[in-house]
This record gives sequence, C-alpha cells and structure tokens, in this order.
Amino acid sequence: MTGPAFVSLPDAMSRHVRDGMTVALEGFTHLIPFAAGHEIIRQRRRDLTLVRMTPDLIYDQMIGMGCASKLVFSWGGNPGVGSLHRLRDAVEHQWPRPLALDEHSHAGMVVRYAAGASGLPFGVLKGYTGTDLAAANKSQIATITCPFTGEALVALPALTPDVTVLHAQQADREGNVLLRGIVGACREAAQAARTLVVTVEEIVGRLDAPMNAFVIPAWQVASIAVVPGGAYPSYALGHYARDNAFYLAWDDIARDRSRFMEWMATHVLETSTHAEFLRLVGAVA
Amino acid sequence: MTAYTSDEMMTVAAARRLPNGAVCFVGIGLPSAACNLARLTHAPDLVLIYESGTVGTRPSVLPLSIGDGELAETARSVIPLPEIFTHYLQSGRVDVGFLGGAQIDRFGNLNSTVIGSYDAPKVRLPGAGGAPEIAMHVKELLIVMKQSARTFVERLDFRTTAGFLEGGDARARAGLPGGGPRAVITDFGEMTPDPVTRELVLGGIFDGVTADEARAACGWPLRVAGTVTRIAPPTNTELQTLRDLQERTRAAHARRVRITLPT
Repeated sequence: MTGPAFVSLPDAMSRHVRDGMTVALEGFTHLIPFAAGHEIIRQRRRDLTLVRMTPDLIYDQMIGMGCASKLVFSWGGNPGVGSLHRLRDAVEHQWPRPLALDEHSHAGMVVRYAAGASGLPFGVLKGYTGTDLAAANKSQIATITCPFTGEALVALPALTPDVTVLHAQQADREGNVLLRGIVGACREAAQAARTLVVTVEEIVGRLDAPMNAFVIPAWQVASIAVVPGGAYPSYALGHYARDNAFYLAWDDIARDRSRFMEWMATHVLETSTHAEFLRLVGAVA
Repeated sequence: MTAYTSDEMMTVAAARRLPNGAVCFVGIGLPSAACNLARLTHAPDLVLIYESGTVGTRPSVLPLSIGDGELAETARSVIPLPEIFTHYLQSGRVDVGFLGGAQIDRFGNLNSTVIGSYDAPKVRLPGAGGAPEIAMHVKELLIVMKQSARTFVERLDFRTTAGFLEGGDARARAGLPGGGPRAVITDFGEMTPDPVTRELVLGGIFDGVTADEARAACGWPLRVAGTVTRIAPPTNTELQTLRDLQERTRAAHARRVRITLPT
C-alpha cells in the first residue's frame, strides 16, 4: 500500500475536485477546511453537489460564488449568529443559480455517512417520526420494517462522496493523519469517500497520538497539502481558536450581494495562497 | 431587587427546571445559557452534552457555536457524532433536551425549516439539526421561545420536530419513545401540556405580566389554568451569576484570533 502524494493546495484541489462531483468538506464547527474551499472557489468549480452536516460560512461562500448546484445538509445557519444569507438567497431567489436540497437531520446525516463508510447501501435509525422531513425529501427518506421485531424504522441511502476533504492538525512523513478534539463525522466522511484529501497544520516526525487516537492511515489518503491556518475562521484545537468575531462580522458581509462579491473578490479570488488571505483579514500574528 | 430583562427572566426560569444530576442535551443560545446557569447555581452535577460530541462539559464562557474549543477542552470526553446520536440519544440515555424554533403550535410541535412552502419558501430557516431526534428520544423536552402571534401559530408552515402531534395519545401511537414537551418557557411565563389533551396551558406568569397579555400574544386561543402561578423573579445570586457569565462570554467572543505562521 502506498501513502499520499504531498502536494500544494492548488494541486491537491485541481487533481481531485472536478466540475459536477459530489464533494464533502467535513468538520463539525472544528477543523472546517476553509483553505480548501477557497481554493475550489479560485479554480471556479461548477455544478458541485456539496455535502456537509452544517454548511457553515465555507459553503455560504461556495454557494454564493456559484460553485454548487445541490446541497446535502442538516443545519444551515451561522452558528450562534443567524442566517447563512448566501444559502438563503440561493434557495429563496435562485441567486446566483438554483440550488437543489437533499435535507436531513444531524442523526440522519451521520447514519448516511456511517453506511457509506461501511459499504452498505443504506443506514437505519429511529428518527424523523412525526415530522414533514420525509414528505419534503421523498426519494431519500424511506420507512422499513425490522425483520426481527416488526418495528418501523427509517432507512436513508448511504453517502459516498467522490471526494472528502478534511483539515487535520498533523500528518507524519508517511502520510498518517491525526485529528484531535471535536471530530464530528470526519471519520465516517473520510471512509465513505472514494478519494480522501487532507490539509494539515503541520508535518511532524512522530504523531502526538495516544493508542486510541483518531489516526487515518496513510494508505487511505490520496493527497496531503500543508496549509497552516487552513481551518480559519473555524479552528484547529491546539493551534488557534475559532474566530467568533469573524463569524459575527460575516453576517453583514454576506447579507448584501454586491458587498459579498466584492469581499470574495478581494479576499479569495485575488489572493493566491491561504497565508495571503490570513494576512489580509488580519489573522496573522 | 435589581431590574432585569425578559431574556434574563426566561433564562432563569429555564435553569430552575433543570434538576441536579440530570443528563441534558444542550442547544446553542438561551438553552446553553440556562444550562450553565443551572450548573453554576443549584445543579453543579448537571451533565451537559452538546451535539458536537462534548460530553460532561463545564465551559467557563458560553460557546458561540455548538463546537467551540472551550466545550472540548472542558469536557469529560469528546466523542464522534454517530456515537452521540445513536449510543447516547437514540438509546435513551438523555434525560432533558432543550429546543427553540421559529414557530410552535398548541401541541408543542416545532418549525425551524421554512416560512411559506417548502419548495418556494418566503424565508429559508436553518433546518432540523439535531432537533427531530432530540425531541423524539429525550425523557423530557423543554422549549424556550419568545411569544408572539406570529411565532405561536394555529398551524405550522412545516413540522420539523414532533411535540404531541395532534394531541391526546397521538405521540405514543406514532411510536415516539421520549416523553415529549414538559414545558414551554416564553417571555410571558410558562405553558405546560394538559395531561389528557396535551394542549399547552398557561400555568405560570412572570412578574409584571398578565394572563390576558399572554393570550393576546398567542396565535391560537390560549387556555389558561384555573390557578395561574406567579413565577418568582430572579434572585440576586441567579442574576449576578448569569450576568458574570454573559460578561465573560462577551469579552471572549470579541477577542480576535491571531495565527502564527511558520517562517
């Protein structure tokens, strides 16, 4: 088994992420791969099916910049702040283009990822009962009967992204990857994907990993790019905190189409590296 | 007694409903403030679980997001999401859940998905998150929402989360294992479900509020209990603890982050 290619961020994205693919940039509040998302925007990818439990600011940006035609998700707000205005504009006014929704609950999304990671066609849960979610998303939410107890259960199709992108604290020189802290559904999203691409804060000689740590073995990783600060304005535990002030400020930036476009042009399209982006937003010490 | 805001009264009333030692699934915003206020006052052994996978967390400032580093660093354990939603929630290990929404109906069903139709919404709201399964599986559900005729409605635009469905024994018949809504805390007071019909009944009001005012701010003809309890205003300890917590939180959230890049 071979390990990953160590490449630049632009190379990692151009090598693996193509128009029309199903792509999951995971990380639940923590370790959100912002730098990778920005690079996908710079490369002007189109018609992506974007998968994330919580679209967060990164998918607000990708949707607003026209990268996506479909969103698979379970909670689309700016956590603790309010709306994702670009997501809302896409759903309410089809701007900049229509956005199809495949909508679930968090419990449903994790079951779908786990089924994908397990090589099963569907996952099962006790969920959605008494809600309108199944009626709104008929093709993706079904009821089945347990063959042993007769109990009614909900079946959801497995999620198998073409590419999952994660951000992690460390990789070693072989390409084994360590995630610490809130891991969300990263393990399941990684193993559900056909291709796994990882950005990391740093490469180390030896991972700082106790025996039961969440380490993705090198042979499951296609490419690794070293991107310090790659999760900013979300965070990487042990490296930097979540920039809650930025999440608060995003509300105003994203509310207005032209202000959003201007901000994205200045901060993302016209920067060529994540380090440049970080300096421009004043996030570098 | 110092003057206090209606948000503070709601937070204090919600906190009082949390018994010491309970295992509580915490949502962001007012529920998170209430749970931590309870933990810092009468319920030091409250077990707080945030859906980001932080179990037994004891944050010193309130998180802005459900997964701030503060929650992970002060947790007893940090576990993957499939484990939180299946091993903890679905298997019935959580006592109390805490939710809000954009709309609620008289049986405690909630909407956090859309205003208008699903396919062409007037307002697209964030969506379900953890809510449907929290409300499905916890032993008791607390709901916190500001009351107005626009949010307390005759008919939900979308049912994201099941309360007592159509009332009576509809919830049990649908196979929902948890106990359903125990109380709805509003900025007027508290509603609790009738034991038979499961319709929400105004049973307690805050100082300076009348039952008529609460009825006027409700989109359905709100039932009022025969005897309406007057809910005690915040004590000095409750108010001071909450304000200190909010002050620490404001300072923490305003702090910009600085990253050191390798040279």
